[in-house]
Amino acid sequence: MDFLRPASWEEALAAKAEHPTAVPIAGGTDVMVEINFDHRRPEYLLDLNRIGELSEWEVGQENVRLGASVPYSSIMEHLRAELPGLALASHTVASPQIRNRGGVGGNLGTASPAGDAHPALLAADCEVEAESVRGKRLIPIDAFYTGVKRNALEPDELIRAVHIKKADGPQQYSKVGTRNAMVIAVCAFGIALHPETRTVRTGIGSAAPTPIRAREAEEFLNAALEEGGFWENGKIITPSIAQQFATLASGACNPIDDVRGTAKYRRHAVGIMARRTLGWTWEQYRGAGRALEGAA
Amino acid sequence: MTTTPQARNVPAGTPTKITQGSPTKGGIGESTLRPDGTLKVTGEFAYSSDMWHEDMLWGQTLRSTVAHAEIVSIDTSEALATSGVYAVLTYDDLPAEMKNYGLEIQDTPVLAHGRVRHHGEPVALVAADHPETARRAAAKIRIEYRELPVITDEASATAPDAVLVHENRDDHHIGHVPHPNIVHRQPIIRGDADKAAERADVIVTGEYTFGMQDQAFLGPESGLAVPSEDGGVELYVATQWLHSDLKQIAPVLGLPEDKVRMTLSGVGGAFGGREDISMQIHACLLALRTGKPVKIVYNRFESFFGHVHRHPAKLHYEHGATKDGKLTHMKCRIVLDGGAYASASPAVVGNASSLSVGPYRIEDVDIEAIALYTNNPPCGAMRGFGAVQACFAYEAQMDKLAAKLDMDPVEFRQLNAMEQGTLLPTGQPCDSPAPVAELLRRVKARPMPPEQEWLTAGSDGTSVDVRALPGGLSNTTHGEGVVRGVGYAVGLKNVGFSEGFDDYSTARVRMEVINGEPVATVHTAMAEVGQGGVTVHAQIARTELGVNQVTIHPADTRVGSAGSTSASRQTYVTGGAVKNSCEAVREQVLEIGRRKFGTYHPAWATAELLLEGGKVVTDGGEVLADLADVLEDEAIDIELEWRHRPTEAFDLRTGQGNGHVQYSFAAHRAVVEVDTELGLVKVIELACAQDVGKALNPLSVLGQIQGGTLQGMGVAVMEEIIVDPKTAKVRNPSFTDYLLPTILDTPTIPVDVLELADEHAPYGLRGIGEAPTLSSTPAVLAAIRNATGLALDRTPVRPEHLTST
Repeated sequence: MDFLRPASWEEALAAKAEHPTAVPIAGGTDVMVEINFDHRRPEYLLDLNRIGELSEWEVGQENVRLGASVPYSSIMEHLRAELPGLALASHTVASPQIRNRGGVGGNLGTASPAGDAHPALLAADCEVEAESVRGKRLIPIDAFYTGVKRNALEPDELIRAVHIKKADGPQQYSKVGTRNAMVIAVCAFGIALHPETRTVRTGIGSAAPTPIRAREAEEFLNAALEEGGFWENGKIITPSIAQQFATLASGACNPIDDVRGTAKYRRHAVGIMARRTLGWTWEQYRGAGRALEGAA
Repeated sequence: MTTTPQARNVPAGTPTKITQGSPTKGGIGESTLRPDGTLKVTGEFAYSSDMWHEDMLWGQTLRSTVAHAEIVSIDTSEALATSGVYAVLTYDDLPAEMKNYGLEIQDTPVLAHGRVRHHGEPVALVAADHPETARRAAAKIRIEYRELPVITDEASATAPDAVLVHENRDDHHIGHVPHPNIVHRQPIIRGDADKAAERADVIVTGEYTFGMQDQAFLGPESGLAVPSEDGGVELYVATQWLHSDLKQIAPVLGLPEDKVRMTLSGVGGAFGGREDISMQIHACLLALRTGKPVKIVYNRFESFFGHVHRHPAKLHYEHGATKDGKLTHMKCRIVLDGGAYASASPAVVGNASSLSVGPYRIEDVDIEAIALYTNNPPCGAMRGFGAVQACFAYEAQMDKLAAKLDMDPVEFRQLNAMEQGTLLPTGQPCDSPAPVAELLRRVKARPMPPEQEWLTAGSDGTSVDVRALPGGLSNTTHGEGVVRGVGYAVGLKNVGFSEGFDDYSTARVRMEVINGEPVATVHTAMAEVGQGGVTVHAQIARTELGVNQVTIHPADTRVGSAGSTSASRQTYVTGGAVKNSCEAVREQVLEIGRRKFGTYHPAWATAELLLEGGKVVTDGGEVLADLADVLEDEAIDIELEWRHRPTEAFDLRTGQGNGHVQYSFAAHRAVVEVDTELGLVKVIELACAQDVGKALNPLSVLGQIQGGTLQGMGVAVMEEIIVDPKTAKVRNPSFTDYLLPTILDTPTIPVDVLELADEHAPYGLRGIGEAPTLSSTPAVLAAIRNATGLALDRTPVRPEHLTST
C-alpha cells in the first residue's frame, strides 16, 4: 500500500487523477477501521491532512462553506447558530476523540446510510463541492447518494467542501441507538424549518439503502402549514397533522432487519422522531420552545 | 461523575478478632491503593500484548468460517511457501498422544481434527516474522468444508436423529445424562413439590430467556512462548489460573509439567473469560517447532471467538404461595446452552440447580438443570456462573407472585427470605449470617433520586439536559413518553469451588532483614486480574507480620497452585493461604525470639505475642524486641497449602449434599426512566446493599460492587452476542455491535456495605465479586416492567421488545 502525501490541494487532485483507486484519508475514523479489520486493502492511501484549508470554514450571506475535514467538535463549538441541525448531529458522532478527528467529508465519502451527518445535511439543504483536475462542480445533496455506500463522485474527484444553507429557522436532529452515547445509528431523523421559503425539509438515516428525504411527508406538511396559515398565525400544529407527517415519514423508510434492529422498529422509531422533532422545531418557531442544554 | 461512592455504613456486626491498635500501616481494613492503578490509568501498564523478545515470531490462528462441517481437505502449501513464514501447523503436526484439552472434560481439540463444531474453531497455525505476513499466509491456507446441519437448541440437540456433537463420549457424566448431546444434568428433589402445590392459593409460572453475554475484558488474549535450552518452554501469559493451564498444556506438548514454566503477564481483566485455554498451547507449539520465541495477540474480533461466553439459558419456573404470602413450592427446569465444548458447563449446571431457589425458604422443590452440547459458541465461566441466569428468572417470579397477592414486592421477599440456619434445597444449612431481609430493607429505605432531573433551570426559563434522559446525547426525547419505574432484586451466590472439589491455595512467605528493616515477600501463583489480590496480600502480611515493607513476587508456577481467580474465592482462599503461611512464619520468628531473648523477659513464655510495627509486642502492647534483632541474618521461608472446609458432591438423583462452602448476598434497587414510545432506557440509579463479612480493602470492595452492578446492568439493557439460529454464526463480534455501557449509561451506584463476619472464613470475610452481578440484572428488568407494564421475560431488553416491533 502506497501512502501519498500531497502538500497542496492541486497536488491532491493530481494524485487522485493519476491513481483513481486511491482512497482519500483525513480523520481516518472510517478508513482506518476498514484497513485494521482488513475489509479493504487500497492500493493507495491519499492523505489529505497536510491540506490545511480543508479544515477551514467560511460563513457567507446564504451559506456556510464547510471544509471537508472540519472536525465535528468544531462544528459543535463554532457553528451551532448557523448549522444547528448538523451541530446536534455532530453531538451524536461516536466519542470525543472521534469527533476531534472526523469530519463531514468522510461521512459523504463513505456514504454509509448510517453516517450521522446525512439527515442533517439533507434537511438543511446543501451542495457538495467536488473537484478534479478537470474542474469543479457542485453536486446537490439530493443527487449525491446513489446507492449503498455509493455516491455521485467520479473516480478522479475529491470532496473539497460542503455548501450548507445557513439556518433560517429551527432545526432538530434525533438518533436512536441502543446505548446513550457512542453508538451507530439504528435510525436517525433530521428536520429543518425554512420559514423564508415556507418549506420543511427532512432527512432519514439508517432506514433505507441510502440517506433519504421523507418527500411525501414534507409535501403533506408544506401543504397543511400553508393551508392552515400556520407560518403566519404561529398556532400549534394540530395533532392530526403531526401524526400524518409522522406516518408519512415512517412510510418513506425502506429498512432492513439487521443485528442492530428490526425493520419494523426502524419504521416505528422514525415516525416517533418525526413527530417529536416537528413539535420541538415548531414550538421554537412559535417562540415557546425549550432550549437544549449544551451537552458535550 | 455519575458513580457516587457513598459513605460506608458499618453496622453492628461480629468481627472476628483482629489485631487491635496495630501501629503497622497498610494492614487489613485499610484502603491501600493498587500498585498498578496509576500505570493503568496513564497507559503505562505493560499488558501481556506488550511483551517483546529478540528474534520473536508472530503466531496467527486460522479459524473455521462455518459452525459445523467435516474438513474434507487442508492445503497449507501456499502458506508455507510464503516468504517470512517459519511454520504452518495443523492437527497432523501435534507432537503428543494427547490432542485435546479442557477444564474438566478434555473434549476440545487443540486444532480441529476432521470436523469443526463451532464458528471460529482453530484449524491451523502460522508463525511468521511479521504479524501481517502471518495473517496473509493464514489466508492462503485452503480448507474444504462439507457443511453439516447445525444443532442450536434443545429441540435440535435431543431430536431422535440428532447428530452427536461428540461421538464416543467417555467422560464421567455420560452415564447419567438422558442424551449424549447433554453435557451434564443435575436434578434436586426435596420434599414433595406436587403435594405442597395443593396448599398454594396462587401459582405463577414463567418461561424466561437469558442472552449470551461476553466478558469483554480489557486486553484481548495474548502471550509469549520462549523455547528453552532443556527442550522445555517458558510461557508468559495473561490467564486466570496458571496451574490449570499447565495441566492442560504439558500433555499436549508431550512435556513433563516441570518443563513448561509459566509466568503471569499483565492482565486487563478476566470475568471468567480466561479460565479456558486460548492461545497458550498454540504459542508453545509454534515456539517448540521453530525454536524461536512466538507471540500471539488476538484482536478484539478474534477475542470474541477466543474465549467462552456466559451460557444463554431458557428457564421454566413455577412457584406457589399461600394468600398470606408464604412460598409453598418451586419447580424449575433450566436449560443452559454450553455450545460445542464442555468447558465449565458441568459446574455451571451444579450452580444453576443448587442456587435456583435463590435466597428464599422453600421446603418443597423439584429442580432440574442441564447443559447442552450444540454448535453454538462454547460457553463457560463468567462472573455469576449459573446463578446469574437463575436469579433473573426467580426474581421475575417473586414480582409476579407479589403482584398476584397484591403485596409489596420487597415485603413479599422479606417474608420468605432465608436466614442463618435455613436449609437450602440441597439439604445444606446456611451456617453464617444471611441478612437477606436486611439488605432489601436498606435499599428500599434509601431516598429516591429526584424526578425529572433533565429539567434544568436556565436564565430564560427551563431547559433540557438530554444526558439525563433515555437516548442521552442522541436527543430522542425532551421528556415525551418518559415513565419512571422502580424494581428490586436480591440474589444468592456461592463462594469458592463447590461439589467436593479440592479447592486449595498455596502461599510462600519469606521474612528477612534487609538494610536493618524487616521485609516480607509473598509469593503465590494467584492471577491478578484486577480483583485486588496484590493489594490484599500485602495488607495481610503487614497485619500478620508487623512489617511495613512487603514485596509481592510475580505469580508463576515455581510455587504451588493458588487455584483460580474466579468464584469470588481469591481473597478467601489465597488470602487465607497467605494468612496461614504468615502465621507459620510468625511462629518461627517467635520461636527464634524465645530462644534468643526468652530468658530476659517472662512475657516471652507467658503472654500472647504479636508482631507489630517491626517489633515483637505482648498483647498488652509491651515491646519485647525488634524483629531485626530477632532475625539478624536469618531468613524464614515457608510455603504451605491451605484449604477451606471440604464440600461434598451433589447426589446425582436427589441433588442432596453439602456442596457449597460459603454464600454471598447482595440486593439492588433500580430506578429507570423508560421512553415508552421509542423503547429506550436510562438507568438512573442502581443502589446496592451487600454483606461482605469483613472489608479487607474497603475501596476495592466498592470497586467490585460497582463493577459487578454495571456488568449486570449491561446484560439487562444492551450486552448480547447474537448468534444466527440458522447458521450458528456469530453476528456481532466487535465493540461496534456488542455494546457495553459507557459512562453516560452508568447510573449512580450508591453502595451500602454490611460486615457480618462468617466465623468459618479468614477474618470473617465473604467473597464479594459476583453477588452484585446477580441482582442488578433482575432489578433493572423489574424497574422496566414497573415503568411499562410489559411482562418482559427475556434479557437483554431491546427497544423492539418495549415497542412490540
